[in-house]
Amino acid sequence: MAGISRRDFVKLLGAGGAASALGLNAGCETVPKSSKAAPRVVVVGGGFGGATCAKYLRIYDPTLNVTMIEQNANYVTCPGSNWVLGGVRTLTDITQNYDALRSKHGVNVVQDRVTSIDATRRVVSLASGKTVEYDRLVMSPGIDFRWNAVEGYDEAASELIPHAWKAGPQTVLLQKQLHAMPDGGTFILCPPPMPFRCPPGPPERASMVAHYFKAHKPRSKILILDAKEGFSKQGLFMDAWNELYPGMIEFVPASKGGKVSRVDTKTNTVYTDEGLTTHKGDVINFIPAQRAGEIASKSGLANEAGWCPVNQHTFESTQVPNIHVIGDSAVAGALPKSGHSANNIAKMTAAAIVSLFRGVKPPLPSHVNTCYSLVSPEYGISVAAVYRLDEKGVLKGINEAGGLSPKDAPRLQRVQEANYAQGWYKGITQDTFG
Amino acid sequence: MFFSSKLSKAVFSGLAGTLALAGATTIQAQEISRAQVIATTCYTCHGTYGVSPGSIPSINDISAERMESILQGYRSGQRVSTVMGRHASGYTDEEVKEVAQYFGNVQKRGK
Repeated sequence: MAGISRRDFVKLLGAGGAASALGLNAGCETVPKSSKAAPRVVVVGGGFGGATCAKYLRIYDPTLNVTMIEQNANYVTCPGSNWVLGGVRTLTDITQNYDALRSKHGVNVVQDRVTSIDATRRVVSLASGKTVEYDRLVMSPGIDFRWNAVEGYDEAASELIPHAWKAGPQTVLLQKQLHAMPDGGTFILCPPPMPFRCPPGPPERASMVAHYFKAHKPRSKILILDAKEGFSKQGLFMDAWNELYPGMIEFVPASKGGKVSRVDTKTNTVYTDEGLTTHKGDVINFIPAQRAGEIASKSGLANEAGWCPVNQHTFESTQVPNIHVIGDSAVAGALPKSGHSANNIAKMTAAAIVSLFRGVKPPLPSHVNTCYSLVSPEYGISVAAVYRLDEKGVLKGINEAGGLSPKDAPRLQRVQEANYAQGWYKGITQDTFG
Repeated sequence: MFFSSKLSKAVFSGLAGTLALAGATTIQAQEISRAQVIATTCYTCHGTYGVSPGSIPSINDISAERMESILQGYRSGQRVSTVMGRHASGYTDEEVKEVAQYFGNVQKRGK
């Protein structure tokens, strides 16, 4: 394999991993019990990262014993959840199941919740009381929220003022509130600070709510109070808003009074400017600051910033050997936290794990991200990038590739990209769950 | 690996046997090719093995020569696209050739 030295390869195998992957430590107490049987991989989490990894592990090597542990029977995807708010799709349309992983790909899907991980004995404990042993573990727990990072916003508050940043009941709650809102009301959207899941998600949400308002509540307003100075695809979104929803959406960056310092669920009010300015909303959508899924930090995989550092070639944790952390939880260089990134990371990780079991060099990774956003059902925009490892082992975007949909493109291109956005959803969900 | 299921079973049960009986020294090294991992990144939009379930075109039934020519067209901008130009420009001539050949072989094997 070009571009990777023997020394690098041994480094990739990780502490203690080199010997076991090559089958050299028979008799040593750390040898997995299954060293003469099929290697066992346990995948924690059944989102875009976990489900794709489980599927591709079995595609790359159908002899592997792959168990995926997911607490829910179905998975409601975050991609498409803004479309539900816009009335373009239903929650059923964006609910995926694990039937094909079980029947077509031979993944042992277990509906349970991981309570703890013993990385020395390589055992995962589940809420049901069962335990599962692994040779390599893949953690794909997604995100959790930093409750109380802003005064007044904790988990209980999210039952009144939804975040709707994990799709499912929270999406339904926000949708109900929007439906109950009177025409002429104000919807306040508060995007979180970086890094967070799906950077173009908040402006797409504003767009889809505007689409719903235009049809049903045309006198209503949308106020975006942002913890940041700008947002993904900003120029494209703003051009489209001027064209499709003139005067309806107002964006306030952090430095102009957009940063929320307190949320009051009793009066449906958010406070900005260090508490000096109040904004009362008819409906408020507050998206809190984020961190790696709780089980990742509980297992010693997260750093002080709350995210999980990994070797960006194999996605093996740099903190705990034989555990790979993928998807939103991982520190993945320039890759954004998106379902598309998680799907790609999962495939590269599957290829790396299979290679490590075989004692061969993992292929050099190649990642792609494509984020489509619908501004209306007939108006789509996108951002794309191709990523490679640099000489320091960090995933970087390739300068010659990627970028945004062109500004001032003919309307036909926006229509085409709206069509492809919906095709993308079908493609990625088939590739992940089908 | 994208052999026919019959062939892949034979190959992999053979591999498993080798692993179980002989240990590290005689493992038949099976490196996963760069073309294959790049191809899997196409599947995110175009569907697994390039068989698309939606409005994005399928790419599973294109010969190696034609695939290479299409991708080079996207790279140069001669071929008009919404997003493929932004993707194709991220790969070298050699990678484009290898990926095109990979897709051509997948097609011949019938996946």
